[in-house]
Amino acid sequence: MNAEALFLSLRLAATVAILLLAIALPLAYSLAFSTWRGKFLVESVVALPLVLPPTVLGFYALIAMGPRGPLGKIWLSLFGHPLAFTFAGLVLASMLYSLPFAVQPLVASFESLDRRLLDASAVLGAGRGRTFLRVILPLAWPGVLTALVLSFAHTLGEFGVVLMVGGNLPGITRTVSIDIYDRVQALDYTGAHQTALLLLLVSFVVLSIVYGVNRRVWLPWPAK
Amino acid sequence: MLNVQIRKRFRSNGAQPFVLDVAASFPPGFTVLFGPSGAGKSTLLDCIAGLQQPDSGEIRLEEATLFDAARSLSLPPRSRKLAYVFQSLALFPHLTVEQNIRYGLSDLAGTEQTKRTNQIANSFRIENLFFRRPAELSGGEKQRVALARALVTRPSVLLLDEPLTGLDTALRRSILEDLRAWNEASRIPILYVTHNREEVDAIGERIVTLVNGRIQETGAPRAVLDAPRSIELAQSAGFENVLPAVVVEHRPADGVMRVSLDHAACEIEIPLGDAAPGNEVRVAIRAGDILIATEPPHFLSARNILPGTIEAVETRGTMVALRVKAGAIFQVHVTPGAVRALDLSPGLLVWLVVKTHSCHLVR
Repeated sequence: MNAEALFLSLRLAATVAILLLAIALPLAYSLAFSTWRGKFLVESVVALPLVLPPTVLGFYALIAMGPRGPLGKIWLSLFGHPLAFTFAGLVLASMLYSLPFAVQPLVASFESLDRRLLDASAVLGAGRGRTFLRVILPLAWPGVLTALVLSFAHTLGEFGVVLMVGGNLPGITRTVSIDIYDRVQALDYTGAHQTALLLLLVSFVVLSIVYGVNRRVWLPWPAK
Repeated sequence: MLNVQIRKRFRSNGAQPFVLDVAASFPPGFTVLFGPSGAGKSTLLDCIAGLQQPDSGEIRLEEATLFDAARSLSLPPRSRKLAYVFQSLALFPHLTVEQNIRYGLSDLAGTEQTKRTNQIANSFRIENLFFRRPAELSGGEKQRVALARALVTRPSVLLLDEPLTGLDTALRRSILEDLRAWNEASRIPILYVTHNREEVDAIGERIVTLVNGRIQETGAPRAVLDAPRSIELAQSAGFENVLPAVVVEHRPADGVMRVSLDHAACEIEIPLGDAAPGNEVRVAIRAGDILIATEPPHFLSARNILPGTIEAVETRGTMVALRVKAGAIFQVHVTPGAVRALDLSPGLLVWLVVKTHSCHLVR
């Protein structure tokens, strides 16, 4: 088993999950509570990674991050090295890829809140920030946990995007799923099996935590 | 004094959009907002609280302007210095009773928060519940906590949206007593939405009736509710009989007019009102205001005596509802004792006795 690849994957997944939460919280807040009519456009963009093949996403991410792409140029001028084929590039692309998994559980849990509680908070003198910290977040925490865990698990298992954007640099962009692919290509089935089984177990445990903690927040099938 | 003059239109799928169009002043003390559901009572409170924005008009509290459409001014709810108890109460489920009450005091120093929290808890008798969460409270306790949480902020206006629904009479009376005591001490405008006639009688200094988004009447509860002028109001004020009628003739010398009920099924006398002979009107009569006799009554002052037949007898708790066909169909409420004494049963021939002043002209 490739411990280096596993450690890299865990580091990537944790970084993505935490950074994504910071972005997804305000995004989900505005999606859940705004009455803006064009909101559906943002919702579609957020949901895109659910239906796009990871290779398509990875392809455009690669172009954007390349030395001549808009993102790549900015990065180059800021840090003096290109963005593609680096850990940072991988993090960025993975955040895009896992965005719906962070945003949707949050929107669902925000929308299920009793609006009168938010009204009560406002009438009792709280501004939006205080209402968010003292009422919305504590009541929506199963959604927050679900968002964290799902984006972690989803990033942990990604393949296509990593391959396109990160390539296969040991210790930098070679994640577990790339490692498994390599081993299968090299007919090292035992090695592939060990890593694959570990990934399967980790994913199962992680999802069990989510569904065990809250059965109603975000199920892929309608709740009974 | 709270002055409200607002208009708000709601888009709807139906043919007619709902329009809330209200102009009223609310002096210190209780004002009951009464009206059928869907009349716009909660929307009015939401607009006053700043939770919904009217399309036009203004809302002023003493010298301060809370809302003025002409100046595009709308204070956010948190700056309006009012308290609002929702129908659902909206206690924060993740906070304890004490934390709920303190929620609105965050601008104050800690010691002042504690002082006020203890004070209000004491006057609403909920100190012993401080460390419980809302899910662990009974209905009456929740209502007390919601009131305490609202009043501890020392608001300049208090909005109450059916705060006592679902409580039994004794509990309601005791909480109303607490509220009334509080009102004596602070004298601010209190808008109290209710459907409940008993609550109206218990607290009402003034009543404002709202029907279809518009204020219909303003005045003392008895005067307004005992002589409702619209069919919606008559029904929500508890008039079980609202019958279509046509004015037959005026008798100004007797102070009455004769109307024929329900397509000339029978004729009765009602107080002289604002309707000309030939006009189509409605007559509202409380089921409890109709007497029943099993023999033709004589020597009575009541002017309306209608022979009829009992069609149905239905016991509802401590009251029996009779359906009597006396030309028109009448709902009559009597006690179980009366049913036994007179042996009232379906098919029995009876005489309905209705005083002229128990009949109310309704538009």
